[in-house]
Amino acid sequence: MRVNPRTAQKFAKGLIWAVALLVIAVLLFIIVFILYRGLSVINWSFLTEVPRRSGRAGGIASPIVGTLSVTLLAVLVAMPFGVGTAFYLAEYTRGGIITRIIRFCTESLAGIPSIIYGLFGFIFFVDVLGLDWSILSGGLTVAIMILPTLIRTSEEAIRSVPVTYREVSYSLGGTKWQTIRRAVVPSAIRGIANGLILSVGRCVAETAALIMTAGVELAMPRSVMDSSKTMAVHFYTLVMEGLSTRNAYGTAAVLIILVFLINVVANMLINRFVAKGR
Amino acid sequence: MMKKIREKLSGGVFFTLALSTISALVIITVFIFVSGMPLIAEVGLFSFTFGMNWSPGQGQFGIFPMIVGTVSVTLGAALIGIPVGICCSIFMAEFAPAPMRTVFRPAIQLLAGIPSVVYGFWGMIFIVPAISNHFGGLGMSILAGSVVLGIMILPTIISISEVSIIAQPRTYKEGALALGMTHWQTILRVQLPAAKSGIVAGVILGIGRAVGETMVVIMVLGNAVALPESILDSVRTLTTNIGIEMSYASGQHQQALFATGIVLFVIIMILNITAQIITRKKVK
Repeated sequence: MRVNPRTAQKFAKGLIWAVALLVIAVLLFIIVFILYRGLSVINWSFLTEVPRRSGRAGGIASPIVGTLSVTLLAVLVAMPFGVGTAFYLAEYTRGGIITRIIRFCTESLAGIPSIIYGLFGFIFFVDVLGLDWSILSGGLTVAIMILPTLIRTSEEAIRSVPVTYREVSYSLGGTKWQTIRRAVVPSAIRGIANGLILSVGRCVAETAALIMTAGVELAMPRSVMDSSKTMAVHFYTLVMEGLSTRNAYGTAAVLIILVFLINVVANMLINRFVAKGR
Repeated sequence: MMKKIREKLSGGVFFTLALSTISALVIITVFIFVSGMPLIAEVGLFSFTFGMNWSPGQGQFGIFPMIVGTVSVTLGAALIGIPVGICCSIFMAEFAPAPMRTVFRPAIQLLAGIPSVVYGFWGMIFIVPAISNHFGGLGMSILAGSVVLGIMILPTIISISEVSIIAQPRTYKEGALALGMTHWQTILRVQLPAAKSGIVAGVILGIGRAVGETMVVIMVLGNAVALPESILDSVRTLTTNIGIEMSYASGQHQQALFATGIVLFVIIMILNITAQIITRKKVK
């Protein structure tokens, strides 16, 4: 028996709507639940006190500082390489064997799981280079992890700059470098910033690689050579070692709020960017 | 004169920077292999990958149960994530009214941004007890891992599939509709087949994410080193093995964890390369 196409369509449409709404519901449920249990924990002293008794008491000040310093370091190190590669791919080459290899490596780096980066960071930065478990080791490891995101978003931003901008610059006698600096960079900058923000999000969420490279120290770090837990790592130990469910919810809520803000900023940047391009 | 030098210099600098990804990949590969190979050479590749016993204290290094663990959890996650992900991408590309779309897309982005440890925690609190209550047992199981990972791989599958559905020429859709097909027939017979390579690539990358995920599986799988008999059994994956034991391993044991990393690395690279070949064909 053949099913009437219109009946089939009704059925399929209903099913797809249901699945989509279910996904949204699950997402909302996860977020609302964590925030509901965690928001009441967050107050000024939770954010500004160092954890005491392995995190059973006190706040999360040092993991916050750890997260920020690892993130800042990673972004500062990765930015020149990521954005530079994007400019090379978008402006300086027309696709030869080298470009293909670069693209292959970028895609591959994007797919490598964080635990492998952790193993590498541990053996290379912590062990061979003798940086020990430190913010520096962690930041350098995560810097490699965020390279693909940076390259991809920056390249897209550069490519979406209209060709006419470049043509005008050349026709006025501008050299390649002048064209890039004065015509391409200003209009691609928002897209590049969007990529930076997304990379920040990845640093904040990273756990596996950082346990193995930045270590698990809870005291307030004094330099980049000190070991420090990030918030995600701290949250993980709070949960797995059953230290304090209350503080775990609080930390998770701070993480979710941070990720949410990062997404909002990234979207604002990209929306303005798109609007400007039209 | 200065101008010329600056021109030459800028090109050279960008090229040098662009070599960073190549050197990063090479150096990672080299260090993982150099650190793990001695153990594989000593134990033998066959008895390492197909050995049933993992007791580093006694010098026994067999990771077959973990390979089975990784494969079973990944399959479970794929069974949940692929149909749901493809439905969502069809929804986004075709059915969602404009206001829904402006909510749905950032929501999926947020889903991708939430730290995996938070998903793991959620799994521990809701999924694990729910499984334990309904099906008995401890709840830490392949099923629990599959559900949480299935949700986690959604953003990868959805975003890539949606883009490849949207990227099809409008004329495909218009032609089909003009021939009197319903919207659904058009999606099923014209748009999905045309977007097939993109969707497959998205699925493969999603699977790669499931294979590589560490924190979530540590939190909800129970981590027992044994061959599972049902989806309610606890398993340990390759990533879990490294994640749990790295903190106290040394000497040969540490080498064995790097060797586990090599196996994981090879699996991931095969998935990566397959996805890249598929997307490249599409471009041609």
